[in-house]
Amino acid sequence: MEKLLELKDVSLTYQTPKDEITAIKNLSFYCNKGDFMSIIGPSGCGKTTVLSLIAGLISPTFGEISISGEKNPLKRENLGYMLQKDELFAWRNIERNIFLPLEIKGIKSKSAKENAISLLKKYGLYDFRKNYPDELSGGMRQRVALIRTLVSNPELLLLDEPFSALDSQTRLSVCDDVYKIIKSEQKTAILVTHDISEAISMSDIIIVLTARPAKVKSIFIPNIEGDSPIRKRESPDFSIWFEKIWRELHV
Amino acid sequence: MKKLTAYSKERIKYLNKRKRDKFSIIFLRIFLLIALLGIWELFAENGIIDPFITSSPSRIVKTLKNLFINDNFTYHIGITLYETVVGFIFAVGVGYTVALLLWWSDKIRKVLEPYIVVLNSLPKIALGPIIIIWFGSGEKSIIFMAFIIGIIVAIMTMLNGFLAIDKNKILLLRSFGANKFQILLKLVIPGSIPTLISMLKISVGMAWIGSIMGEYLVSRAGLGYLIVYGGQVFKLDLVMASTVVLCVLATLMYVLIATLEKVIIKYKNE
Repeated sequence: MEKLLELKDVSLTYQTPKDEITAIKNLSFYCNKGDFMSIIGPSGCGKTTVLSLIAGLISPTFGEISISGEKNPLKRENLGYMLQKDELFAWRNIERNIFLPLEIKGIKSKSAKENAISLLKKYGLYDFRKNYPDELSGGMRQRVALIRTLVSNPELLLLDEPFSALDSQTRLSVCDDVYKIIKSEQKTAILVTHDISEAISMSDIIIVLTARPAKVKSIFIPNIEGDSPIRKRESPDFSIWFEKIWRELHV
Repeated sequence: MKKLTAYSKERIKYLNKRKRDKFSIIFLRIFLLIALLGIWELFAENGIIDPFITSSPSRIVKTLKNLFINDNFTYHIGITLYETVVGFIFAVGVGYTVALLLWWSDKIRKVLEPYIVVLNSLPKIALGPIIIIWFGSGEKSIIFMAFIIGIIVAIMTMLNGFLAIDKNKILLLRSFGANKFQILLKLVIPGSIPTLISMLKISVGMAWIGSIMGEYLVSRAGLGYLIVYGGQVFKLDLVMASTVVLCVLATLMYVLIATLEKVIIKYKNE
């Protein structure tokens, strides 16, 4: 297997007027190409910080992060970030929202735009391309947000609790959709979540972090049968894994 | 089977009530105006109030006619309009630019914060004598007055709008690799258009306050000049007539901006 992402002894200390806080200490793990990885941990352990580090939005105090061997965070162009809320721009229609990454990156080629439109077609949102975000349901908006991260064709997707703002019904189906889209586009994904079932139903590999300062506590590979999160939730193995990870988090 | 296009009884009732409500509000508005003017006129006519002090609608109309025909009323209107519009454009333009600058640099913002607070609290009319000495007793002083009254509010409103932009949206753009200029262009400016519209609405009012106040202080022409002059020589008809014209002009300018808002919303929806 080819390593896509690797963190080596990553530490992050940040300063506040009152104190010096070590958020992450000697964090090391890697993620293979094509894997769906989840990172879970107690709340406030710095899960989102790990994603920001990987995305190059902040720099580690010590240690090294490389994506496909590239260590310079400024050259990390092959990743897509998906946030808790869809963060679609209300003044742009769906089509212009998904063109946004292309505009920022200065990609003007017709094929890139056509590719973006074909993604809309493929995932059933083509008819809404001229609509504005407030005319779409929460689930649809989150799907648009995923397509927006896919248009610049990133290798690695970073998902920061992307379903937490949805109601529980929508959540399951959007979770299923997002999983299928990511798998069919053959992307590598790292999901940060506090929801154990979400992590088990979506991931090939689960990393459990310790409380702050965060480091790897344990790694699980839940090889549950089923080709989608909903199918996996139906498997008898699911609850066994749930209990295992729940215990790990609450020791 | 009922036809699908037919409205239900309740629906028709609701729609009728809505129409009635709308109509009655418009009717009451007009009625209130006519009633007030009627009572004013009647009281003045019958000597219950002294028209020398209160003027009256018919005298205002007569005065307006005279002003337009015999005196150069359009000239006075033109002067005030010119001062207001120029002051408004400068206040809004400079205010917007300064707000952008303050958004761009946290440091400049923090350094200038106390100065803006002081300038905001200061009653600008206190600067009157200084402005007259610096800019002379003419249009320039009045335009500057309109400008200085408008600019602080323009800066503060706009800056709050810029700073209220969702931090996560900025994070998103940064994850695409956007630089600060792109964040400004793609997010901050288009995202703060509603704030810009409300800033323009507030600034129109401010510009009128500034220009009229400026004319009260120093002027030889303009509506504010006519009002002050009318007051001094006890020509209440002139004061009232000028005030009426002022009302109309200020409303027109406000409507102009409200129309601009509608155009922007319509443009967005197309």
